[in-house]
Amino acid sequence: MEVYLDNSSTTRCYPEVKEIVIKTMTEDYGNPSSMHKKGMDGEKYVKRSKEILASLLKVKEKEIIFTSGGTESNNLAVIGGAEARKRAGNHIITTKIEHPAVREPVNYLEARGLFVTYLSVDKRGRISLKELEEAVREDTILVSIIHVNNEIGSLQPIEEAASIIKEKNKNSLFHVDAIQSFGKYPIYPKKIGIDLLSISGHKFHGPKGIGALYVHEKVNLSPLIFGGGQQQGIRSGTENVPGAAGLGEAAKIIYENLEEKREHLYSLKKKLIRGLEEIQGIVINGFMAPITNTAPHIVSVSVEGVKSEVLLHALEEKGIYVSAGSACSSNKKRTSETLKAIGLSQKLLDATIRFSFSEENTLEEVGYAVKCMKEVIPVLRKYVGR
Amino acid sequence: MFKAFLIKYGEIGIKGKNRYLFEDALVNQIRLALDRVKGEYEVSKSQGRIYIECLEEFDIDDVVEELKTVFGIVGICPVVHVEDKGMEQLTKDVIQYIDNVYKDKRKTFKVNARRARKNYPISSMEVNKELGGKLLEAFPDLSVDVHNPDIFLTIEIREKIYIYSKVIPGPGGMPVGTSGKAMLLLSGGIDSPVAGYMIAKRGVAIEGVYFHAPPYTSERAKEKVVELAKIVAKFSGPIRLHIIHFTNIQLSIYEKCPHDELTIIMRRYMMRIGEKIAKERGCLGLITGESIGQVASQTMQSLRATNEVCELPVYRPLIGFDKQEIVEISEKIGTYEVSIQPFEDCCTIFVAKHPVTKPNVNRIRHSEGKIREEMEELVEIALHTKEVLEIS
Repeated sequence: MEVYLDNSSTTRCYPEVKEIVIKTMTEDYGNPSSMHKKGMDGEKYVKRSKEILASLLKVKEKEIIFTSGGTESNNLAVIGGAEARKRAGNHIITTKIEHPAVREPVNYLEARGLFVTYLSVDKRGRISLKELEEAVREDTILVSIIHVNNEIGSLQPIEEAASIIKEKNKNSLFHVDAIQSFGKYPIYPKKIGIDLLSISGHKFHGPKGIGALYVHEKVNLSPLIFGGGQQQGIRSGTENVPGAAGLGEAAKIIYENLEEKREHLYSLKKKLIRGLEEIQGIVINGFMAPITNTAPHIVSVSVEGVKSEVLLHALEEKGIYVSAGSACSSNKKRTSETLKAIGLSQKLLDATIRFSFSEENTLEEVGYAVKCMKEVIPVLRKYVGR
Repeated sequence: MFKAFLIKYGEIGIKGKNRYLFEDALVNQIRLALDRVKGEYEVSKSQGRIYIECLEEFDIDDVVEELKTVFGIVGICPVVHVEDKGMEQLTKDVIQYIDNVYKDKRKTFKVNARRARKNYPISSMEVNKELGGKLLEAFPDLSVDVHNPDIFLTIEIREKIYIYSKVIPGPGGMPVGTSGKAMLLLSGGIDSPVAGYMIAKRGVAIEGVYFHAPPYTSERAKEKVVELAKIVAKFSGPIRLHIIHFTNIQLSIYEKCPHDELTIIMRRYMMRIGEKIAKERGCLGLITGESIGQVASQTMQSLRATNEVCELPVYRPLIGFDKQEIVEISEKIGTYEVSIQPFEDCCTIFVAKHPVTKPNVNRIRHSEGKIREEMEELVEIALHTKEVLEIS
């Protein structure tokens, strides 16, 4: 039995996404910048995807910029945003549980002289709105908050955050990394006061190598990539037509019957947590009741006395795919900033795996995963290093 | 401009009556290397030299890169050949050669004519004198130094006339396939691929054995070993890689032996298994990447303890090397970047916090005695379930 429970790393493309990608590669392959009909054929797909995203987010088409993925969207938002507002001040606010695609560009700006406040989180991975309020200053130019944390699935109150930020400093930009939350919740950035919002295609059954950034029309973002002036000069380079077409298609499909899909994900999460809680020496990270206070698709588990990599490979032998910590950083031996921020003890930092679901997973699969965990953990614990 | 290469080889020149065997092996290896580059080439040996004639368009850098992987080659000389149309034309050709090859003419030189075709009307000495004089006239910046010239310009008079002066160093050593075969204990680390390279350099063909311990070592660790074997195989020729599933053996040792002796006992079983496959495959020895004192299992005492389980000689070409020296070779042959990828092992549970550095052989034997029977069975199973990959 093959059970893929690593959907926060990446997801399988919808068949419809595959079809549209093939079509733009083999039939409607024109360059949107070309003046002839072939070019217009290609442009149509990009425009359609912008329409889909614009209507899902309730924003304007011209406020959607395609990028090479979530990492570029986050980089463009943080660096381009700070650059655009550099005359207004030199203070940035972010959290201690950002994805490296936000944390690293922030560190880069910090090294170049900007002041940064890192908001702490409680043991369930939530920021304090009071701390945020106290942190916003007159010279704050950017606040960047991750909506759903990729490692533990904690959910931040972005709507309340937006009103606090705007109330204290209406000139500050607010960026939300929605890479794990887009396709799980309806998000209306413009309505609630978000200026920049990052998404990534392959996290919701679209292709890899494509992402998007919502940029409020009043924000003059500074580009990171210069060239032929495509996408209003904010992101030069021939548009990735197959990627954009695939992302749009995936976005359209995932938002069909969204409530139902989310309920399904929560039922998977509930079943997994209940099953795992029967195992001794297990901690579910970032969890808080009710379950709807956390993301529907992510479960982070620390297993006392078992190294996460070993557990991962032991589950792999049973056909179950999970990730150790966060997949993006799992090739490097570094401890997770997020897990440290929620105060996980030293001995559990190295013993944490993540299950993450998509709509394709079933209750039966989760049952199988629980059964395998119950089998594998006692065996592995027998051989704990001394 | 270059249409041929002269290959210089060293040691095989002194191998007496067996010399032709070594030369033939070298020619063979050169042909194999050239199969990997575009173009058609003719490799021939005559009068103690090996020539490569390039019959089609070719990329000189690609050819040189491949030739640099052929053990036995000491130097690679790119050759220009011209038709013999008399001394006047030859002078023009040689002037043009120097002009093309050396942009900066402030150099010393010496002309070294050799007549393979003895009926050539002018003696070698006269050719030297004539060409030397004409070159000095043509390029006033040049000067003659017969003892230690910057440019040692050889003019070889055969059917055609060969002109060369540049020598690109080759890897040295002996052609692979002239010294038998050995079994390399290959891990994902920096040392063992270098050890394999060093032994292959002495003309030895290589097979490899890797100990895979899922779920304690990952599939990627195995892929990494395969990739390392591929790089070594560029020099050594195809490698048959035996992958042993080692988990149950490790777990048994872990359960029943003192933990500070884990690594030594584990290594002893690796050597035993390595030797079994080696003998079955007709190998004449084992190769390891050990270096004295590098880690607890490589002290003199530990080496003595792991060595005693083998009857075949264990070749340890890195035994006297410092880590930095090993790293330099691995960078040169291209294994370093692969070796340092971090998914080496998550099997740190098999490493005791304080392993013995001076194991007592009698105690080790005693510990092993307790598990001998079940281990024999596990080793048999491991040998029967091994995976074999042909890597080239």
